[in-house]
Amino acid sequence: MAIKTEPFILNIGPQHPSTHGVFRMRVTLDGEVVVDLEPVIGYLHRGIEKLGEARTYTQIIPLTDRLDYVASMTNNLAYVLAVEKLAGIEIPERGEYLRIIMAETMRISSHLMAVGFFLNDLGAMMTPVLYMWREREKLLDLYEMVCGQRLTYNYMRIGGVSHDVPEEFLPALKKWVAEMPRFIDEYDQLLSQNEILLARTKGVCILPRETAINIAASGPVLRASGVKWDLRKADPYSIYDRFDFEIPVGSVGDNYDRYWVRMQEMRQSVRILEQAIAQLPEGEVCAKVPQLLRPPVGEVYGHIEAPKGELGFYLVSDNSIAPYRFHIRPPTLINLTALKDMVIGWKVADLIITFGSIDVCLGEIDR
Amino acid sequence: MTLLEQFQLWLGSSWPDWAAYIVPGIVGIVVVLAFVVITVIIFIWYERRLLGRFQVRLGPNRLGPEGIFQPIATALKILLKEDIVPAKGDKVIHWLAPVIVFVPVLMVFAVVPFGERAILTDLNVGIVYVVAISSVSAVGIYMAGWASNNKYALIAALRTVAQMVSYELPVVLAILGVVLMAGSLSMTQIVASQNLPFIILQPLGFAIFFLGTVAEMNRSPFDLLEADSEIVAGYHIEYSGMKFAMFYLGEYGHALAYACIISTLFLGGWQGPFLPPIIWFLIKVVAVFSVIVWMRATLPRLRVDQLMAFAWKGLLPMAVINLFIVAAEVLWLSEITPWLLVAVNFVFAGVLVLLWSKLFALGGGRVEV
Repeated sequence: MAIKTEPFILNIGPQHPSTHGVFRMRVTLDGEVVVDLEPVIGYLHRGIEKLGEARTYTQIIPLTDRLDYVASMTNNLAYVLAVEKLAGIEIPERGEYLRIIMAETMRISSHLMAVGFFLNDLGAMMTPVLYMWREREKLLDLYEMVCGQRLTYNYMRIGGVSHDVPEEFLPALKKWVAEMPRFIDEYDQLLSQNEILLARTKGVCILPRETAINIAASGPVLRASGVKWDLRKADPYSIYDRFDFEIPVGSVGDNYDRYWVRMQEMRQSVRILEQAIAQLPEGEVCAKVPQLLRPPVGEVYGHIEAPKGELGFYLVSDNSIAPYRFHIRPPTLINLTALKDMVIGWKVADLIITFGSIDVCLGEIDR
Repeated sequence: MTLLEQFQLWLGSSWPDWAAYIVPGIVGIVVVLAFVVITVIIFIWYERRLLGRFQVRLGPNRLGPEGIFQPIATALKILLKEDIVPAKGDKVIHWLAPVIVFVPVLMVFAVVPFGERAILTDLNVGIVYVVAISSVSAVGIYMAGWASNNKYALIAALRTVAQMVSYELPVVLAILGVVLMAGSLSMTQIVASQNLPFIILQPLGFAIFFLGTVAEMNRSPFDLLEADSEIVAGYHIEYSGMKFAMFYLGEYGHALAYACIISTLFLGGWQGPFLPPIIWFLIKVVAVFSVIVWMRATLPRLRVDQLMAFAWKGLLPMAVINLFIVAAEVLWLSEITPWLLVAVNFVFAGVLVLLWSKLFALGGGRVEV
């Protein structure tokens, strides 16, 4: 007996526990199988690009905090690097090192969130997230020590960082860095060989290497598909050429690889941190930069390897105190375009974890 | 003779016959109802505290000593909520569903032996009654999902039917193993026959029954009906207020009921040295419940096709083989010392589980259904 069936449309989001913000998907389902997917974005649009055009170059820095709020200092860094490139500003050594320390701790913090919530999407009710947060909480305490904030730091400045770290910061950071490899091992032991995790993620929702390159994916999503592309090595900015670290690369491009790459990157970030702390020089942390910076007429694109991928800032200067054009290349928006190709033909549950494995941040997508 | 029947006899000597029949019945029902509701409230508190420990946090600890009054505050909050019925939902079925989910859970306790004679009614087909009654809940859940007129609820409802029906089979086959060894369907007889708890005599049967019941009560890693991260709250997404409380109670009542059944069938029920029988029984129930909470705190969820494959390719064939092994042992090896059977059965269980994990690995890739 043939039963007449027809696909139906399920609206996932914008208020849904697994959309990591206010993302919305109109999913056409045939039973449990995804037939079509239409992402709807813009629920968190604040017009940051337009706001930027009415502010001085320094005033834009706190705006960038509100992009990827899980790694806000990385956004600061990408922006100030672009402005410094435009205005040709030299940064003191200690400032450079402090920036690297902040950027790499932010990467670990962001990846902890990503892996934790990936497991949450898989159905491991909050336990992995809370284990990850145990370490992230210590990092937030460190940031609070440095700039009094736990979410939006506004710490970077054009020419360096806003002020030197307090003297109790470095011992606390050293302690954290010394402990961290043990905790990453713990996560590995608890998660990486879990039978259900393997069954749910191995070979699921593969993003082929060619597709990943064609859609200009970046970050862990691209590297999981087997492309060895990391701006820290491919186009070294700041002082990354002084550190010794590996780029973990996945082989298949399935959900497990995206998870695995993030776990490995945390280890590499710890390596960078160890070297940076050992080499940290004394001295000034910020160059002398005029309050109302007027960069020469021209345009610039500065990009860095943010935790979620290539974060770029495009600035056009007309020699006034505010940029003529201020544009952001958010990594997760570009990575998200792969979602539909990845999930069609898979089940709803796979859609949810694949979305989690891309590790999006809606603050950055909607801007 | 159960305690209730004794009470009945004692009353019968002085009271009229009909009163001697009704009064013990009502007393028994009230006692069991009070026990279930109070235990469920304590279990809710216990689960939240235990989950807190598993998740490197404290859990609710503000209201009363160790936060013991937190579930009462939760219950009050739920009761004060507005009762919302979806405009286009089926109002009668929407109202009926929580009742149909909750009542069977209470009815299961009629045959749970809390002690040698502390049982409401010692049915001679007790375990069959349990199986029959507890599967009625699936109907209630399906009704809830259908009447809500919500797509998430509908997906949950369809998953329910598939899951409940699939896991019923291995559970019943595992029960048959127990029944064969005990030689009776009565709950008290099954307990009385366990000189050696059946968990030691039939480790494989216990594993199948335990996993099957965890799936039946929709607990992690088989909590596909609620699947917070996928279909938000599943079948009770459109419920609030008292009706939601019924589902909530029903869910924990189900867990409590199955913990009781597992203790009765496999852990030797009220039997145990030194302590009074009821204490032994409660210790075993809490132990089983703790394991269920432990699984909830640690395991990710299976996908729907893997869930089905696990039931039909994993548990069901193993349950059949287990049944044959037990039957053969009862038929030919009933004379030999039970400890030898224990050794044989552990070897069988180990070999079968290893074999099945090699043959039918869950596999992550695309499964055509």
